Amino acid sequence: MERRGKQTWHFDQPVYIQGVGTAVGPEELKGPLGSSFDVTYDNLYAGQDNWELAERKLMQDAVETALKDAEKKSEEMDYFFAGDLLNQIVTSNYYAREIDVPYFGLFSACATVMEGVALSSLFVDTGVANLTLTAVSSHNATAERQFRYPTEFAGQRPDTATFTVTGAGAVVVGKKPSLIKVTEATIGKVKDYGIKQPFDMGSAMAPAAADTIVTHLQETGRDPSYYDVIVTGDLSRVGSGILRKLIQDKGMVLDRYEDCGVMIYHQDQPVFSGGSGAACPAVVTFGHLFKEMKEGRIKRMLVAATGALLSPLMIQQKESIPCISHAVSFEREE
Amino acid sequence: MFDYLAAFVVGGIICFIGQMLMDIGKLSPTHTLSTLVVAGALLDGFHLYDRLIDFAGAGATVPITSFGHALVHGAMSEGDRYGFFGIGMGVFEVTSVGISSTILFSFLVAIFFKPKG
Amino acid sequence: MGVDEKQKKLYQKNIKLYQPKSHIFKNGLKAFLVGGVICALGQAISRIYMTYLPITQEEAMSPTLATLILLAALATGFGVYDKLGQFAGAGSLVPVTGFSNAMTSAALEHKSEGLVFGIGANMFKLTGAVIAFGVLSAYLVGLTRMLVAMLINS
Repeated sequence: MERRGKQTWHFDQPVYIQGVGTAVGPEELKGPLGSSFDVTYDNLYAGQDNWELAERKLMQDAVETALKDAEKKSEEMDYFFAGDLLNQIVTSNYYAREIDVPYFGLFSACATVMEGVALSSLFVDTGVANLTLTAVSSHNATAERQFRYPTEFAGQRPDTATFTVTGAGAVVVGKKPSLIKVTEATIGKVKDYGIKQPFDMGSAMAPAAADTIVTHLQETGRDPSYYDVIVTGDLSRVGSGILRKLIQDKGMVLDRYEDCGVMIYHQDQPVFSGGSGAACPAVVTFGHLFKEMKEGRIKRMLVAATGALLSPLMIQQKESIPCISHAVSFEREE
Repeated sequence: MFDYLAAFVVGGIICFIGQMLMDIGKLSPTHTLSTLVVAGALLDGFHLYDRLIDFAGAGATVPITSFGHALVHGAMSEGDRYGFFGIGMGVFEVTSVGISSTILFSFLVAIFFKPKG
Repeated sequence: MGVDEKQKKLYQKNIKLYQPKSHIFKNGLKAFLVGGVICALGQAISRIYMTYLPITQEEAMSPTLATLILLAALATGFGVYDKLGQFAGAGSLVPVTGFSNAMTSAALEHKSEGLVFGIGANMFKLTGAVIAFGVLSAYLVGLTRMLVAMLINS
């Protein structure tokens, strides 16, 4: 690995995507990307007794699909990186007991998936690991009841609110060449611009995304046009508008830009400003975007996942919302 | 017929005020309800809430403001008899039905139903 | 080091353009209509009780409220009250039905944690403050009235 500047890692050794798996819930199945997901459920319980178990089942489905796609068994994984939105990342911890792999529990809220891909790619590039497994999950009901209100509560949400994606995404990273190569990763810094409303996370996270994307481009010496598409994790409609302006202010033009939270749902679904949650960037990247890459429509892509690092207690103590964004670049190998 | 109209209009206005507290005052649902309950209590302190109930019937008794009114009413009826300690003795007298039935019904629903998300 | 206060204020000012327009008047109207309908429904229920039982309007208040509370609890259990809430906002929150929904939804949500720590302890999650502040203000108002009465009589 070669460092570029302070925050970017350039992987000069082979780091390739070996296999992916995605699992989603009912709203995501109904969305425009519904057919790109591997495992789908038409209700939030996924055949389980409670929602926390349902989220764990989604992570299990995603991991098992990814391993099958990579034609590997879990015992062949050198390290398991996982994270989710629940307190103490219990979904990941409690799932990790099912597989016998040394485990790193990660938390950067909705940026966790790219934090995981970055670290797992570093391990493969530097030779610490031959094969790594990374997984993240989120669930609309578990997130609502932890961060906001009981799911049957008749509280009114503003238009800036986002809808937590019910889903899980998993990826196996290794040395064996495949169609999708991991080329760089840029590790983000925590940014807090004083936004205090938990129902407007797009505004809170946009500066972190802008900072990481601009840093990545500056440290790699690239222009936004180098990439066929630059993607953010879950800035939603509000945050993505703000991001374009922030990038513009830095003298760059972001014309090929998408946001996973906007892509995953139709505008007429009851999802307010768009999707959010740790699974949002994961299922869209590992499902739809990787399919676009494999079929040659995208050759170079930068995915900047964004996370809001708040807790309900911090909000009650009148604190603002610190955010972070981790970015990974992928290229199609001919 | 008129009593339905009065109930509709007064109840609607109290809810409108609640909506303004949430949208303009940026209060959370719990903050909003607490504010309205305190408002009902204050209005009853000035004997004004009773007049509103006479005029609007359910339009004044159904909104959460009536909860504040009922708490003060109960407190005062025992307070007039026993002084300061009477307040504590009587405060839940009138609202007893409201709180006990909510506890009972929410418990039963929680036992027999499952949240749908 | 972090972000300095000036940058924060500038950012918050600049993003106002990107915030979606608020529908304050439309929300207020929806709240007025739904709240009004729920109260009119309460009036109708009250009338029904007065017709079949020998009670006054004041006495009918208790069974009327209990009935509305039950209906809201059931609607919460069937998963429909929250949909009304997104549309009506304060129109479904402010009537006593909103109080019932708040307690029922909290109790229902936490059934996976059992009867005591789940349903029992979490029931008052959203409404505990309402009851606490209601009682506190009752004390304050009661005390003030007593002091005023004492001053007038002396």
